[in-house]
Amino acid sequence: MTIAPNNLVYDRPEAFTDMPTHYCPGCTHGVAHRLIAEVLDEMKVIDRTIGVAPVGCSVFAYNYFDTDFVEAPHGRAPAMATGIKRVLPDRIVFTYQGDGDLASIGMGEIVHAAARGENLTVIFINNANYGMTGGQMAPTTLPGMKTTSSPDGRDVETQGYPIRMAEMLSTLEGVGYCVRRSLHDPKNIRLAKKAIRTAFETQWRGLGFSMVELLSTCPTNWGMTPVNSLKFVEEHMVPAYPLGDYKITDPIKQIKV
Amino acid sequence: MSRELWKGNEAIAEAAVRAGLEAYFGYPITPQTEILEYLSRRMPKLGRAFLQAESELGAINMVYGAACTGARVMSSSSSPGVSLMMEGLSYIAGTEVPAVLVNVMRGGPGLGNIAPAQGDYNQAVHGGGHGDYPRIVLAPASVQEAIDLMALSFDLAEKYRMITMLILDGSVGQMMEPAEMPEMRSPNRKKFDWATDGALNRDRRVLSSIYLDPLAEEQTNFRLMQRWKEVMANEVRYKEYFLEDAEIVIVGFGTAGRVSLSAVRAARERGIKVGLLRPVTVSPFPYEVLDRLTGQARTFLVVEMNTGQMLEDVRLAVRGRVPVAFYGRTGGVVPFPDEILDEIQRINTEPVSAEADPRQSWLDRMTAIKA
Repeated sequence: MTIAPNNLVYDRPEAFTDMPTHYCPGCTHGVAHRLIAEVLDEMKVIDRTIGVAPVGCSVFAYNYFDTDFVEAPHGRAPAMATGIKRVLPDRIVFTYQGDGDLASIGMGEIVHAAARGENLTVIFINNANYGMTGGQMAPTTLPGMKTTSSPDGRDVETQGYPIRMAEMLSTLEGVGYCVRRSLHDPKNIRLAKKAIRTAFETQWRGLGFSMVELLSTCPTNWGMTPVNSLKFVEEHMVPAYPLGDYKITDPIKQIKV
Repeated sequence: MSRELWKGNEAIAEAAVRAGLEAYFGYPITPQTEILEYLSRRMPKLGRAFLQAESELGAINMVYGAACTGARVMSSSSSPGVSLMMEGLSYIAGTEVPAVLVNVMRGGPGLGNIAPAQGDYNQAVHGGGHGDYPRIVLAPASVQEAIDLMALSFDLAEKYRMITMLILDGSVGQMMEPAEMPEMRSPNRKKFDWATDGALNRDRRVLSSIYLDPLAEEQTNFRLMQRWKEVMANEVRYKEYFLEDAEIVIVGFGTAGRVSLSAVRAARERGIKVGLLRPVTVSPFPYEVLDRLTGQARTFLVVEMNTGQMLEDVRLAVRGRVPVAFYGRTGGVVPFPDEILDEIQRINTEPVSAEADPRQSWLDRMTAIKA
């Protein structure tokens, strides 16, 4: 069915390909993808952007964005992105990483990319588990949360405590912009989009490392309906991972988006 | 250009710069650190990318990223560091992007020591990273040869969209020798039709090592092996010394080959008909020339600074038609020419059994000496 242009209120961003995503119903990866695509459209940088996909549920992110893309080994996206950006400093380079990828196996790469102040943008999806491999415990899994590798609930005595990446990275001098947002309701989604735009603007202006952590859902592995997953984010994730601006340097505060 | 005194590691670094190196990512480890240090001074002055990474994992993945843009890029490390890079090498191979890696080998396994060794032959030539992938491996025996092979490494990597490794032992990295540098090549980035450098005025590109469909992955592996066939047909390189009438043929690469040459000269003075084959490409391995020499040699003697890794490739070429003996020093010990001369003289007077396991015979002799 063709919709007359003057009746069209919602369309695919140009930065998207026509491919339907493989994400589970109710998963917020699709929302995060769309926000990035809208920002790339608005900034008119589709033809100068190189994305770096991670290993995890979003391993096939490169199928959905109509930009150049590379696919990194597990956790190494910030290193790969560094390699690209250092030889192509006038391009936009971003990584899209989950919590297992970024906060566990890729902890070394993300911390040092941030510490060096690489002009990269990192979109960090925190859904408190390893989605692709079937819902194992991640560094971000909440205390007491049941996963397939913490069947009795995460016991902090033996399995340690969650890692708060936005807070941690915000201590580093090289970081220009580091915030946490959530995708659990329309208001927060709007705030998330604004943050993503600011993060890309930070890179575009060479103002240092930028990261947006996004609290996200995993209905399938959490064993919840999509609606209950969104409630879980609001009631359990947000208290454990407070939303907020952890670091915004003065020049970035001047950016109006 | 005139001959100057160059330290091996620094010569490699300068040769890479002159070959158009656009980006270097590395991590300190002895005995290759001078490559990193030299490039930290040289690259920024030329406006080219230099970065000391947080680890070898970081370094090789930075190489991977830069390689995806079509830039001339390399890293260097030594044995334990190269082990850490094996993940990245497999991905680079699977993505079919060109990259150069220098391994200045040291004694192992484990932390081992920082003395010269050739124990990473199998890792470089036969294995390393996971999955099926071929790679080109060059083994220089002198500072000059390391310089000459550096530019070739980039050319081969780009021609075949493949990893090229330069393996040398710590002594070549650390020694100073007179050598001549090539002219500076202009670092004009080639426009590759696969590079992900931003989709300006063209369709977007994706570089990945994922082939979720096993049949597609199988086709990829077939493609890599077909390309390897071309490499084997066109890129085998080796040096021959005193082989015209040789009855005993020594096979050794890198420093082991170079030390063997001194032994060959001494043996020739004693009237022993011995020659040396020194593979320069250990991958592709010079099977054909070994096959030819099998028709002429009475015995082969493989000399390595490991426990007999290239030995297996020589045996594969010789296929039991002629006895193969082995002599090696390992763990960071470099053989003296006299030791190899002793081996040549022993082989010359006592026929080597075709049935004996060359590695076991060698090990028995070595442990008997030590006892």
